Amino acid sequence: MFRDFDFQVIFGNLDILWDGMLITLLLTAVAIVGGILFGTVLALMRLSKYMVLSLVAGRYVDAFRSTPLILVIFWFYFAVPIVIGRPIGGLYSVLIAFTLFEAAYYCEIIRAGIQSVTRAQFSAGLALGLTNRQTMGYVILPQAFRNMVPVLLTQAIVLFQDTSLVYVVGLKDFLTAADLIAVRDNRVVELYFTAAVVYFVLCLTASLWVRKLQRKYAI
Amino acid sequence: MAMKYNWDWSILLCRLPEADPTGAVEPGMPGSGSTEFGGGMGQTFDTGAECAQPYFDWIVSGLGWTVVVAICAWVITFSLGSVIGVSRTVENKTVRAIATAYVEMFRNVPLLLQMFIWFFVVPELLPEDAGRWLKRDLPFPEYWTAIVCLGMYHASRTAEQVRAGIESIPTGQTHAGLAMGLTQTQVYRYVLLPVSYRIIIPPLTSDFMGIFKNSSVALTIGVMELTAQSRQIAEYTFNIFEVFTLATVLYMLVTLIVVTIMRFVEAKVRIPGTIALGGD
Repeated sequence: MFRDFDFQVIFGNLDILWDGMLITLLLTAVAIVGGILFGTVLALMRLSKYMVLSLVAGRYVDAFRSTPLILVIFWFYFAVPIVIGRPIGGLYSVLIAFTLFEAAYYCEIIRAGIQSVTRAQFSAGLALGLTNRQTMGYVILPQAFRNMVPVLLTQAIVLFQDTSLVYVVGLKDFLTAADLIAVRDNRVVELYFTAAVVYFVLCLTASLWVRKLQRKYAI
Repeated sequence: MAMKYNWDWSILLCRLPEADPTGAVEPGMPGSGSTEFGGGMGQTFDTGAECAQPYFDWIVSGLGWTVVVAICAWVITFSLGSVIGVSRTVENKTVRAIATAYVEMFRNVPLLLQMFIWFFVVPELLPEDAGRWLKRDLPFPEYWTAIVCLGMYHASRTAEQVRAGIESIPTGQTHAGLAMGLTQTQVYRYVLLPVSYRIIIPPLTSDFMGIFKNSSVALTIGVMELTAQSRQIAEYTFNIFEVFTLATVLYMLVTLIVVTIMRFVEAKVRIPGTIALGGD
């Protein structure tokens, strides 16, 4: 198979692949930022002393975590135009779907991060005369953040891979672009192989970097 | 909701006109939903006549395939994941390197792409006869491909859980086993694995849930599982809210059942004297 491996089909279509990669990166970036922001809100709701808030956030997280991402993508792809009454295009519905979906996962990571700091630290802060807010800001959160950064980044790598699922609604991300060229030029082996290598190198580099970071920032 | 949308839960209940009318309405399915949304049933004219396709049967068969594919894939995941996980903890450097390479390779390529590679590329790489057999003679090639692909993808994750479970056991236990005259294999068989499997039940459960949800990716190579069937119904009927709600509820229901069963199993096999994992 490698005897007639045609590199020309890769180099000749670099611009299409690059455009696809930009969509992939855009999706990843928006979903990380939106997911962490909304996820933090959800995590604070889950840890809130008000039952209603923690219940709502809990159900939200359970619902999204037990549903496949593809089904969520379909939900928003079909439902958003009906709800708002006009077509908005695949990109926006997918951005909404990814943000809301990832928020459920980020919520659990952030909540676990806050809970990983022992209660004794909170008591110690209060005993030293710090206020509730100061204890949270100077004692709990800095430690919680250190604990959860590696997990947040690992989730970002998973998310980067998951963005390939926008293929199901025909959005031209990196994998879909590779697939389009593969079908058009009848060069399936070359294109899928190249895409796999690109994903592999990017994700492996990122995860090795996360592991290094983890060792460096371990408390 | 203020949007223009005709709720019609009856599309999920109807059958083909020639079907036996006594079996037309399944009790206890989305019937509760119809009261919730202002009696969607009342808005239809005639349930039997309106039904172009047996949508309810599609959903049932989709759910069936989702469960079958997930369970078959899990068998591969569990056996292969255990072997790879154990391999990552042994002394032999070559074995460890191979296991590590497996984990990194399968973990760092998107599942969808792996699905394509198994389905479109692997038959091309094999010797001609084997490739032709895969493409032409093997019945239901997409289902076999999906099971193998899902199983091998998730094995990389399960291997990490197994490894973490083994590594969480104090080395003193291994030394004690060896000092008692057990061989290395016996130490794994009688000391390390019985303990580590019980420790890692919660992550193994979420791995299984991952397989169950990721079986939806198989729709890209033509496996008609639950998500594929519900999308097909959505495209046929435009009653997207009903059908996607039903699919979501079914996914959540299976998750709930599995989690409940595993919580029971976990309590049953808990090592006496240890505190509950996943608790406070």
